[in-house]
Amino acid sequence: MARDGGVTWRRTEKIDRFNLSATDTAEEVHVLAVDDSLVDRKVIERLLRISSCKVTAVDSGIRALQFLGLDEEKNSNGFNDLKVDLIITDYCMPGMTGYELLKKVKESSVFREIPVVIMSSENVLARIDRCLEEGAEDFIVKPVKLSDVKRIKDYTTREFRVGEEERTRKGTNKRKQRDSFDLSSSSPPSILSSSPVLSSSSSPESQSPSPSPPSIPSASSAPSSPSPIDSPTRRVKTTSSE
Amino acid sequence: MLGLAADRLRADMNRLLAFLFHQGILDEQFLQLQQLQDESSPNFVSEVVNIYFHESEKLLRSLRSLLMDREFSDYNKMGIHLNQFMGSSSSIGANRIRNVCVAFRAASEQNNRAGCLRALELLEHEYCFLKNKLHELFQIEQQRVLAAGVRYPMQNI
Repeated sequence: MARDGGVTWRRTEKIDRFNLSATDTAEEVHVLAVDDSLVDRKVIERLLRISSCKVTAVDSGIRALQFLGLDEEKNSNGFNDLKVDLIITDYCMPGMTGYELLKKVKESSVFREIPVVIMSSENVLARIDRCLEEGAEDFIVKPVKLSDVKRIKDYTTREFRVGEEERTRKGTNKRKQRDSFDLSSSSPPSILSSSPVLSSSSSPESQSPSPSPPSIPSASSAPSSPSPIDSPTRRVKTTSSE
Repeated sequence: MLGLAADRLRADMNRLLAFLFHQGILDEQFLQLQQLQDESSPNFVSEVVNIYFHESEKLLRSLRSLLMDREFSDYNKMGIHLNQFMGSSSSIGANRIRNVCVAFRAASEQNNRAGCLRALELLEHEYCFLKNKLHELFQIEQQRVLAAGVRYPMQNI
């Protein structure tokens, strides 16, 4: 076997699959979590730590930008020193929203490769669309579960990112590609399970959601990883526009 | 003997949890929190819940003071508080509280002050009830841990 970097990477990648850590350097995945709610920060931190991620949790978009070094005029040193592998942010925050943070990250030449996941307690199609179109990797309807975290960890694997770059380069519609990619992955993403309407390739913004099952869930059954069966609970919160 | 006490306490805990789930007071997100608790984070649930209590009480006070103000008109501000309360409640699995917040928000969006007041009272009631039940749960859990941890001297040989 040749001892060049490519082969080493492949070997590391095999080991990584067992370790559940997903960077090409076999280090822990470093996630930057942004949420103004202390309760949610505590929960997301724990979810990430228990999934073997290193976590930096901040309470605002401004602080997130400060942490990344993006808050000054232009990123001064031009490197992702802190090796942030993934950003997960709440949508609704005072000051800078998660959407505005997403835009700032995607506008930066240094940080735009970092996958950004948006969380929201509201299952609003227009909001989801807007975020995906701006380059968000995924949109999770709160409350966030362990299965959600396990899924988003996959976005940090080099394989996925190389695939993403190629798709972006080809200029294909992001949502369409996402859907076809996600159908082949092991666990369904939150979007598909939370809003079946979204799985069609081109839907107008004002399209109303499919009929929802009756009322607000009261008693509930034991927890399970997301499946289409979960979707009624999520779908209940859907509103047609913001 | 104390082994039996630990078992009895565990049964008490399960009964209380079953009640809370059955009544829709808690939902599966609470179970998710329990799954995140282990030896490395043995008090995770009570820590998160205590933060929730602390924040909720602040929010409830803000909501009440907004509504008690005779010249109240800032429904927008109320909506922001409600969104926060809704979010944190859903994050810990406080299902009924979250549902009351939804109704409260609807009243607020209609600028329906009377409806908001009714919703606030219901919210305060639900919150009190949940707080009592969760305190009870944590107490039983503490006792259970103590009972399970005691050993007779003979057993150490």
